[in-house]
Amino acid sequence: MLGTPPAREIAVVAFGQTDHLRTTDELSEVEMLMPVLHEVLDRTGLKTSDIGFTCSGSSDYLAGRPFSFTMALDGVGAWPPISESHVETDGAWALYEAWIKLLTGEADTALVYAHGKSSPGSVRDVLTRQLDPYYVAPLWPDAVALAALQAQALIDAGDTDESALAGVAARSRAAAADNPHAQVPGPPPQGEYVVRPLRTGDCPPSRDGAAAVILAAGDRARKLCERPAWIRGIDHRIEAHSLGVRDLTDSPSTRLAAERAGAFERPVDTAELHAPFSSQEVVLRKALRLDDTVNVNPSGGALSANPVMVAGLIRIGEAAARIHRGESDRALGHATSGPCLQQNLVAVLEGDPR
Amino acid sequence: MSTVGAATAGRAGKEPVAVVGIGQTKHVAARHDVSIAGLVREAAVRALEDAELTWADIDAVVIGKAPDFFEGVMMPELYLADALGAVGKPMLRVHTAGSVGGSTALVAANLIAARVHGTVLTLAFEKQSESNAMWGLSLPVPFQQPLLAGAGGFFAPHVRAYMRRSGAPDTVGSLVAYKDRRNALKNPYAHLHEHDITLEKVQASPMLWDPIRYSETCPSSDGACAMILTDRSGAARSPRPPAWMLGGAMRSEPTLFAGKNFVSPKAGMDCAADVYRQAGIADPRREIDAVEMYVPFSWYEPMWLENLGFADEGEGWKLTESGVTELDGDLPVNMSGGVLSTNPIGASGMIRFAEAALQVRGQAGEHQVDGARRVLGHAYGGGSQFFSMWLVGAQPPTV
Repeated sequence: MLGTPPAREIAVVAFGQTDHLRTTDELSEVEMLMPVLHEVLDRTGLKTSDIGFTCSGSSDYLAGRPFSFTMALDGVGAWPPISESHVETDGAWALYEAWIKLLTGEADTALVYAHGKSSPGSVRDVLTRQLDPYYVAPLWPDAVALAALQAQALIDAGDTDESALAGVAARSRAAAADNPHAQVPGPPPQGEYVVRPLRTGDCPPSRDGAAAVILAAGDRARKLCERPAWIRGIDHRIEAHSLGVRDLTDSPSTRLAAERAGAFERPVDTAELHAPFSSQEVVLRKALRLDDTVNVNPSGGALSANPVMVAGLIRIGEAAARIHRGESDRALGHATSGPCLQQNLVAVLEGDPR
Repeated sequence: MSTVGAATAGRAGKEPVAVVGIGQTKHVAARHDVSIAGLVREAAVRALEDAELTWADIDAVVIGKAPDFFEGVMMPELYLADALGAVGKPMLRVHTAGSVGGSTALVAANLIAARVHGTVLTLAFEKQSESNAMWGLSLPVPFQQPLLAGAGGFFAPHVRAYMRRSGAPDTVGSLVAYKDRRNALKNPYAHLHEHDITLEKVQASPMLWDPIRYSETCPSSDGACAMILTDRSGAARSPRPPAWMLGGAMRSEPTLFAGKNFVSPKAGMDCAADVYRQAGIADPRREIDAVEMYVPFSWYEPMWLENLGFADEGEGWKLTESGVTELDGDLPVNMSGGVLSTNPIGASGMIRFAEAALQVRGQAGEHQVDGARRVLGHAYGGGSQFFSMWLVGAQPPTV
C-alpha cells in the first residue's frame, strides 16, 4: 500500500468540540454530546437522515456502566434505524473505521463522535485497569507513574531534560490561550513534582468533553465544505504491551503508521500530536521527524485539555479545522492509546491549493 | 490529493471477501486452565492452522468483545496485542453490545473490501467466569430502575408480547430448546452437551423469567472464535474451500422510544433487507439454505424467523412447530446448537458468522447441512437494537 493514494477522495468537512470542563455533574453524556452533534450537522447543512454511516468511540470504564455508548446513540437520533458502529477506544479509531467504510463506497458521508466523562472517578486509577491483569494491574501503577518512567528514560538517554519539558508545557499552554475550548486559565506554573521527574505542568488536566467530525467523499465533500481537509492517508499500529520489552524513548509504531499514511512523502506545516505528557511530545517529534519549522499543537494539545477517549479525535479535528480556515495546507493528526504511547494512529490531511 | 480525479479513482467496486480459516475454543463454563491471552490465542492459532497460514501472513487484527466489566480489564486488546501477534500491526477493537461478534467480522471484512489490507485476523471472545455476567448486565441505579435481573428480565415481556400477538402455543419455546440442545451434541465445540435431554425435561425445568424456563436460556460460557478473512488472491491460495461473503450489514436503533416494536424491531428488518439486496436475494425462505441466528432465549427463533423475512408476521412459530428448522428440516436453524448451547457473549455473534461459513465450506462435521450453498449468520444486542448480519456462499459474488 506504501505510496498508493487512497482509492477514494475522503475529507473531514466539519469538526466540533465542547468546552472541556473539569466536572460536568449536571450533564449526562448525551447532554454533553448533543450540542457538538448539532454543531457539525448545522455547519454542513446535513440532517441525521443524510448520514450514511455513524461511528463512535468511548469507554465503559469512564462511565462506570456497561454499554455506555447506547445512551449516546439516543442523542444521535437513530430513527429510522441507522448504519452504525462503535469502538471501545479513542474516537480517532472510530474515524478510521468510518474512513474505511467510505473507502468501500458503501457510504458517502459519515458522522464520527466521541465522548469522555472521567470526572466521576479518578482517571489516574481507572487507567491502571488497562494493564496486564495478571502481572501489572494488581500493582496499580498509575498513568502518571508510567509516564514518569518514560520521561526518566528520555532524560537518561539525553533526549530531553526537565527545563526542556517545562518548555513544551509552557508553549502548549500559551497556544491554548487562543483556544476557547481548552479552559486553561492562563499559563500555570510548572508546579511541584507529581511523580518525579514530571511536574504538574507536564501532566494533562483531566477534562470531560465530546467532539464530532463529519467525513464526506469526493464532490459531496466539496459541496459541504469550502476547503475540505482531504485525508491523504491514515494508519495505526500497536506495540507490545509489556513496558519491559519496549524502548520507551522511541515510538516505532508512530513511525510506521506515519510512513504508511504518507507523512514522510512531503513535509507537513502543522502537527497536532496527542501527547498527554510533555515528555511524550519529545518521543513523537523524534518518531515523526518534526523540526522547528512545523507548527506543533497550535491548539494547545492534550496538555491543555485531555478529555479521555476524545483527545485523539480532537487532534485530527483541530488539524482539519486549520486546513478549513486556510491556516494549513498539509497537516498531521496523531492519536494514542494505552500506556506510554503503546498504540498510535497518524492521519495526513491536505487542503486544495490556494 | 487534489490531483486525484473522480471519487472512485481507478479501482471501482469492492474487493470480494473470503473466509479461509476458522478456529474456536471448546466452550465451557470456566477455563481455569488458561489466561485471557491463552484463550484468545488458542482460537487464533486454530484459525491460522485451518488456513495453513502463519502470523506473518496477517496484516491486521480486529477484535471484539462485550462490556469490559465482564473480565474487569479496560480495553483488553492493549494487553492482548502480543498474544495475537499484533505487534507492529494495526489492531482495532469493536464494541457494539451483543451484536459485537458479528460487527467485528464486518469491520474486518471492510478492511479487505476497501483494499486497505489483504489478510485480516478477526477474533471475538468472552471469559465470563472472570465475573458474573447476569449482574454485569444489570445496570446499576440510577441508570435503570432496580426491577430487572439480567437479560432475561428485559426480554421476557417481549416474548410474552410475541405469544399474545401470534397466538403461538406455549410449547413452541421448549421445542426450540430441545432442538438446539440436541444439535449441540453434534458440535464438539458447544458448551452444553446434555446427552440425556428430553422434551419433558425442558418443559419441567424451573421457570426463571415467565415464560422463559431454565432450559430455554443460554448458558454463561468462556470461549473465543477467530476467522481469517482474505481477498481474491488469498482465497485462490486457500488449501480448503473458502466461504464468500455475499452481503453484510449493521443497523442500530434507540433502546426505548414510543412506538418501538420490541417483538420485531425495524433495525433487524432493515439490516436483513440490506444484506439480501447486496446478495441479490429476493425470497430468503427459498434462496437461503440455513441460518445461524442469535437466539439467547428459545422464543427468539420464531421471532427472528419473522423479523428476517423467513416467515410472515405471526407465522414464524409454525415453521418451528412443524420441524422446518430441525437439522434435517427444510430451513435448518442453529445447526451448531446456537447461543442456547454456547454463550461467550462477545464471541456469540462471531460464532454465528463462523458457523455459517463452516456450512458453506462443507466443514461443519456432524452438524453439516447437506448442500448448504447460502447460509445467513445473524447477531443482535442491546435492547433488541443493534443488529449485524452476513450472508456467505460457496461461490464468489457475481456482482
